[in-house]
Amino acid sequence: MKSFTVLKGIAAPMDRANVDTDLIIPKQFLKSIKRSGFGPNLFDEVRYLDQGEPGQDCSGRPLNMDFPLNQARYQGACVLLARDNFGCGSSREHAPWALEDFGLRCIIAPSFADIFYNNCFKNGILPIVLDADVVDRLFQQMYATEGYELSIDLERQVVQTPSGESIHFDVDAFRKHCLLNGLDDIALTLESAPAIRSFEQNWRQQSPWLFDVIR
Amino acid sequence: MSGQTLYDKLWQSHLVEQRDDGSALIYIDRQLIHEVTSPQAFEGLRISGRAPWRVDANFAVPDHNVPTERQERSGGVAGIIDPISRLQVQTLDDNCRDFQILEFQVNDVRQGIVHVVGPEQGVTLPGMTIVCGDSHTSTHGALGALAHGIGTSEVEHVMATQCLVQQKMKNMLVKVDGTLPSGVTAKDVVLAIIGKIGTAGGTGYAIEFGGEVVRGLSLEGRMTICNMAIEAGARAGLIAVDETTIEYVKGRPYAPSGAQWDLAVAAWRELHSDPDAHFDRVVELRGEDIKPQVTWGTSPEMVLPIDGVIPDPASMDNAAQRESTERALHYMGLKAGMAITDIRLDTVFIGSCTNSRIEDLRAAAAVVKGKKVAATVKRALVVPGSGQIKLQAEAEGLDKIFTAAGMEWREPGCSMCLAMNSDKLGAGEHCASTSNRNFEGRQGFGGRTHLVSPAMAAAAAVAGHFVDVRNW
Ligand code: SF4
Repeated sequence: MKSFTVLKGIAAPMDRANVDTDLIIPKQFLKSIKRSGFGPNLFDEVRYLDQGEPGQDCSGRPLNMDFPLNQARYQGACVLLARDNFGCGSSREHAPWALEDFGLRCIIAPSFADIFYNNCFKNGILPIVLDADVVDRLFQQMYATEGYELSIDLERQVVQTPSGESIHFDVDAFRKHCLLNGLDDIALTLESAPAIRSFEQNWRQQSPWLFDVIR
Repeated sequence: MSGQTLYDKLWQSHLVEQRDDGSALIYIDRQLIHEVTSPQAFEGLRISGRAPWRVDANFAVPDHNVPTERQERSGGVAGIIDPISRLQVQTLDDNCRDFQILEFQVNDVRQGIVHVVGPEQGVTLPGMTIVCGDSHTSTHGALGALAHGIGTSEVEHVMATQCLVQQKMKNMLVKVDGTLPSGVTAKDVVLAIIGKIGTAGGTGYAIEFGGEVVRGLSLEGRMTICNMAIEAGARAGLIAVDETTIEYVKGRPYAPSGAQWDLAVAAWRELHSDPDAHFDRVVELRGEDIKPQVTWGTSPEMVLPIDGVIPDPASMDNAAQRESTERALHYMGLKAGMAITDIRLDTVFIGSCTNSRIEDLRAAAAVVKGKKVAATVKRALVVPGSGQIKLQAEAEGLDKIFTAAGMEWREPGCSMCLAMNSDKLGAGEHCASTSNRNFEGRQGFGGRTHLVSPAMAAAAAVAGHFVDVRNW
């Protein structure tokens, strides 16, 4: 996993509440057995005017120019400003894969859906929860200023605006540690293998019907 | 100290390690696997040279991508026409073979939607922790199990370690007391709950559903409710174990038997919240107040009783709410002030892990028996949740009732719930659907979904528009 330390770059808007994972990456792209290459189909249904199909070359497709990520001023964005309950719906990890593949490494919103929030951390994306009025202020500033850039420092847990304002955000210590160091969760958990084994032994004794049945 | 909730008990009994930073290592008893969210996890295991921690904890079945037309289905995996879908199903078969995981393949008579097959086969049992790379894993909580959806990285994590790194959730109790009017079902109850607390109302919580109405439901109905806990934002839904649960599990192929059955039942009887347990939030509803529900918008919280009228964004003070209502009305092609009963349907879909069990099919068949699908309805699909349900329905003659009414009787799978196979809505089509999500494009590009109960969907198929099934 890519580590996340300091990120600075253009912020782009996804200005609606309840953006669901079907909108982030429509289901026809879930047929892939790979975990890369989803970027061109990020927000496919609102980004293009036609209907996308998996495996298709997207470079010649008609773009919806009302969609911010298609507009010149937001090219190269690496931060996404979003509204309440971002990432609701299915558990598909294809959603963060698509965001990451597109180049978006940080999403700022007043709230996220649980599974999506969790999936972000596994893929080098930092989801930041800020108060709704703070997010609203960032939206206003971004709309007012072409080339609006935010700088995110995970170590210090600070979002910095172009005017120099520093906004603190919370992040759970374990997730922060993993993200800062790009750590593989599985290797970390396997450090607890003796504890898992001893739990399993007791559990097998207590609940033998849970073992060796499905095979 | 107050007592424990059901969630607290399940958490406590599976806690391997509590860490100082608030995270914990939780032991997972069962992982359910399907073709869409697993290939990258198996790939990850291969790349890192890891083996599954416990092969016998995993169970797989393809469902999302499988064709539901008999003709296409009869060819097995090789017969799947779409090459990308075929490769994904084939990849699941290959992975299960390589890692020696039990799989019900496409043409196995036990195949079906993973959340239908798990409980039906006794693969999911009370008191378990269950995960699956699918958000509707919350369904299994109806058996008094701690079950929730995870992402693909976590699928790999559970395969490799038998554990999940978790933060404990908060406890919410949704209590539905009183009695349900006839014609009002579990689906209406859960839609009414979502209408009340909103799609983010349960975020961060495990929701336990209780009260007289919930206790009075069959296990099928309870699964319908827990299935949609995620639509209220909660990863896990839970219902206490009682006689109904134990009766349901008894005799299932992978359920314990003999002396182990008695041991298991004794343990399962503890699976309820203590009377003095503390809940962080309690929501109460009365059964009598619930009417048949219909969603009109693009989020499950945009729901109204059958006698409702479409809301007017102009009358809304909250700008965000006004905007999302306007957007939804535009997408759905509906006008403020219109009666729900005036919404005309092009398609009807009865199926999905929410409502494709035998009871659901019986309820729909009772409504359409001896009647015909309205001429204006282009297509009405009935897709059983599993091969077992299909057989049972055919034994009861339900398939004949559906086909005589002009409905299509299909092979089991997710089908038009998410339209990954060829069962799709056309742009602009309105669909009465017994599934769980009405998001933009969910059932096909530009498709317009209205979530309802099986009886309501069946009645709408006959009438050509929504009608109150209480007057049927
Ligand atoms: S039936 Fe629908 S909701 Fe259920 S698992 Fe399949 S796609 Fe998901």
